[in-house]
Amino acid sequence: MATGDLALGHEQSKHAGIDARTRVVNDFSIQVATVNGSGSQSANSVLLKSIFDMGVPVSGKNLFPSNIAGLPTWFTIRASKDGYVARRKRIDVLIAMNAETAREDILGLHPGSAAIYDEALNLRQYRDDVVCYPVPFDKITAAVCPEAKLRKLVRNMVYVGVAAHLLQIDMASVEAALHKQFAKKQKAMDLNMGAVRAGAEYAAEHLPKQDPFLIERMHATAGKIIIDGNSAAALGAVFAGVTVVAWYPITPSTSTIEATIDYLKKFRINAEGKATFAVVQAEDELAAIGMVLGAGWAGARSMTATSGPGISLMAEFSGLGYFAEIPGVIFDVQRTGPSTGMPTRTSQADLLSTAFLSHGDTKHVILLPGSVKECFEFGYAAFDLAERLQTPVFVLSDLDLGMNNWMSDPFDYPSKPLDRGKVLTAEDLNRLGGFARYADVDGDGIGYRTLPGTDHPKAAYFTRGSGHNSKAAYTEKPDEYVEVMERLTRKFKTAQTLVPAPVLERSTGAKIGVIAFGTSDFAVNEALDELKKQHKLDVDYLRVRAYPFNDAVHEFVASHQRIYVVEQNRDAQLASLLKLDLAADQAVKLRSILHYNGLPIDAESILSELAVKEGL
Amino acid sequence: MATATATPTGTPGPKINRIGLPVIEYRGGKTTLCAGCGHNAISERVVDALFEMGVQPERVMKLSGIGCSSKSPAYFLSRAHSFNSVHGRMPSVATGAVLANHTMMALGVSGDGDTASIGMGQFVHMMRRNLPMIYIIEDNGVYGLTKGQFSATADIGSKLKTGVINDLPPIDTCAMAIQLGATFVGRSFSGDKKQLLSMLKAAIAHKGTVMLDVISPCVTFNDHEGSTKSYKFMQEHDEPINELGFVPSFEEIDVEYDAGTTTEVTMHDGSHLRLRKLREDYDPTDKVASVRTLMEAHENGEVLTGVFFVDTVKPSFTDLLNLVDQPLGTQPESVTKPSAEVLQKVMASLQ
Repeated sequence: MATGDLALGHEQSKHAGIDARTRVVNDFSIQVATVNGSGSQSANSVLLKSIFDMGVPVSGKNLFPSNIAGLPTWFTIRASKDGYVARRKRIDVLIAMNAETAREDILGLHPGSAAIYDEALNLRQYRDDVVCYPVPFDKITAAVCPEAKLRKLVRNMVYVGVAAHLLQIDMASVEAALHKQFAKKQKAMDLNMGAVRAGAEYAAEHLPKQDPFLIERMHATAGKIIIDGNSAAALGAVFAGVTVVAWYPITPSTSTIEATIDYLKKFRINAEGKATFAVVQAEDELAAIGMVLGAGWAGARSMTATSGPGISLMAEFSGLGYFAEIPGVIFDVQRTGPSTGMPTRTSQADLLSTAFLSHGDTKHVILLPGSVKECFEFGYAAFDLAERLQTPVFVLSDLDLGMNNWMSDPFDYPSKPLDRGKVLTAEDLNRLGGFARYADVDGDGIGYRTLPGTDHPKAAYFTRGSGHNSKAAYTEKPDEYVEVMERLTRKFKTAQTLVPAPVLERSTGAKIGVIAFGTSDFAVNEALDELKKQHKLDVDYLRVRAYPFNDAVHEFVASHQRIYVVEQNRDAQLASLLKLDLAADQAVKLRSILHYNGLPIDAESILSELAVKEGL
Repeated sequence: MATATATPTGTPGPKINRIGLPVIEYRGGKTTLCAGCGHNAISERVVDALFEMGVQPERVMKLSGIGCSSKSPAYFLSRAHSFNSVHGRMPSVATGAVLANHTMMALGVSGDGDTASIGMGQFVHMMRRNLPMIYIIEDNGVYGLTKGQFSATADIGSKLKTGVINDLPPIDTCAMAIQLGATFVGRSFSGDKKQLLSMLKAAIAHKGTVMLDVISPCVTFNDHEGSTKSYKFMQEHDEPINELGFVPSFEEIDVEYDAGTTTEVTMHDGSHLRLRKLREDYDPTDKVASVRTLMEAHENGEVLTGVFFVDTVKPSFTDLLNLVDQPLGTQPESVTKPSAEVLQKVMASLQ
């Protein structure tokens, strides 16, 4: 299999036996190995949602290649009665549908795992310590799908049926999931349900249950939703009243914009059929952010979404946005770098480059969502912050959060009115007699601005990226330049008080603490639970949710002897950023646990490294 | 309807325009460009055009990139918001600004380096979109602020002060703009007050991308013998393809014209642009022919000026986007923020 991390040692498994007597209920992982472009997405989604319908906490991860069709792809589903949703290294049930990777896929399994596969692959020859379920997929498919050209797709539903039967998922739950998938398409519904039934019937007749993995009904998913982070962020933007969207397609951010467009078309066409929004597919990311800033300057709530290479291209404009103080929201759904990197693999490696994106003394406000709910909340809050702080605000999500489906509590409606920031109207100007664009009237570092079109002869000011004084006039005078730069520092301090505060996820008065952000959260929580279980060790945990950091971060570091900073990049970027803020005697407390192979971080990796470093 | 130059009665005061403003309300800061720079003359014509058209200064957004040309928005119309952006990227900023407020007039000033070198990517896409704005290239064939390197509009054989000869072909921004979809394209010369003023007034009346390439000699780095963008060269080689007559919507048409020698174009706001042919059979509504004429002129070493192409039918970018009438930027929250019920429905669909 192409992804080494997923393949566990085969050696250790040789002599282990299968123990079907120990039931493993609602706590295992399924991996579906298919060929990219074979249409397995719907089948995988149905399988995931049928477990969800059984009331069992579930998460899914699509591990796909940068390719349209033909290359191998894997979809993993984790059922976890304890609600763990991080990637799990160990695969318990394999559904091997890709002849090319099937041998490697089965060799990667632990002893005692189960494998469902096309009987022609004869995978039994490779493992005698894995429960094998050979299935004649073509034969079953042909019987239920007379139309030959649909068989490639319908074949996938047969494995859903086989798996559902073996794992004892109720057919009613599969049917409910299928209903959601095909909504009003009755013909597709019937055809696919027929395939599911045929698969289940085959399994009932020919495949006696020999593995221990079972789904049993729970009630842990009632009222929950399933959504991907990109759609959640899009919803946040739409409810924040975004009006101008400029973008350039790039994996893995594209679906953020596609979802935004879908929602805008649904909710923001007025009674006369006119749009209260504009979406532009720009010629590149430079143009996308230029449009965002032009629109933000002229009063619109504007956004773009991109990934690493796009962030690099946005550097110059980001500095202009910072220095000329123009609002705008930039979603960065991180993928691996450097350069093109692995476009369909996840990482948290844009943190440093985004924090200081652009030349000169530039720094940016960054929000760090750690769940789909926060994608929504921060997607919304970013617009308030951008206009309040008059600066570009970056929302750093990642491929794992953005493109995978996650279970979540439903999102709460943001009932507070939108914060449009300090904008002077013509009436204000009549009262004030004029204004200085970059004067710190309120002492918070944030000036007052006017929008183009304000009907007052003194409304206009000159926006520029060149040196300017408090009246927005060109300057090369040292004092005037320093005054502006120091006010920007004050503004960044104000930002500390406005951005989402860190969350103290665990506080037991322990000596050791963990700091993490974004998607590392799921694995950190699981790892710390295990640490407590296995080693009776308590570890505190602070999840940072934004840059600049606020005082709570300093206090957390100060009140612990050692801090492990867990993050998904090679260069310890969060730790580096923290060290810039911390006093020298505090900075030395930081140690790093890093994960950067393109796969989402898992609890086992954190746990083992922490245990070694703590000498456990 | 008020006339362009209302005659004050009683005590003589400053001349005021149809919205009651004197020309001084259209002026800007003191120029910091070189004395004699063509750009200053263009700024003056912009002031005249906005004044004579009676444009409310607050209804204009000025945009520019980086370079000598891009400084010039500081030297006219102080009462309008202005955005001096980054090098070569004014089109994107203008696009965003126009989308945020499509009820305003956007006036962009760029240079030949800012447009035809670093800015080519954004320039061509703006032309393609037919974004409603006026885009002026103050074209002198050299980089001024970095002391006189050739730009991409410099002609083959043109000579720098240092004696360096340009051996790469120039980019014809007008031919390119026409081909890509701009709907009002012309070339003028900063020294031709009358032609430039008429062209700017017609530009104000147009809805869609107006692309004006204005040859604007650089007195410091490109006004010497051997330059093809010098005052002298332009005075000798400027070949107007048509003579412009512009009658704004608020003035009566009182002179007849000969349809055989003149093309009349009715602009979006009801103004009339009359283009008297100086070259036989030149039709400024024929896209293919206009590009052909420009290419032939290059072959013959001519510098054509005039309005090369007008299309008042093609929808602008904001038309295509089907926007509401009011600016997007100031739409009230009641319009832009969907209700709690909407969110509830979305949540239910995800359960």
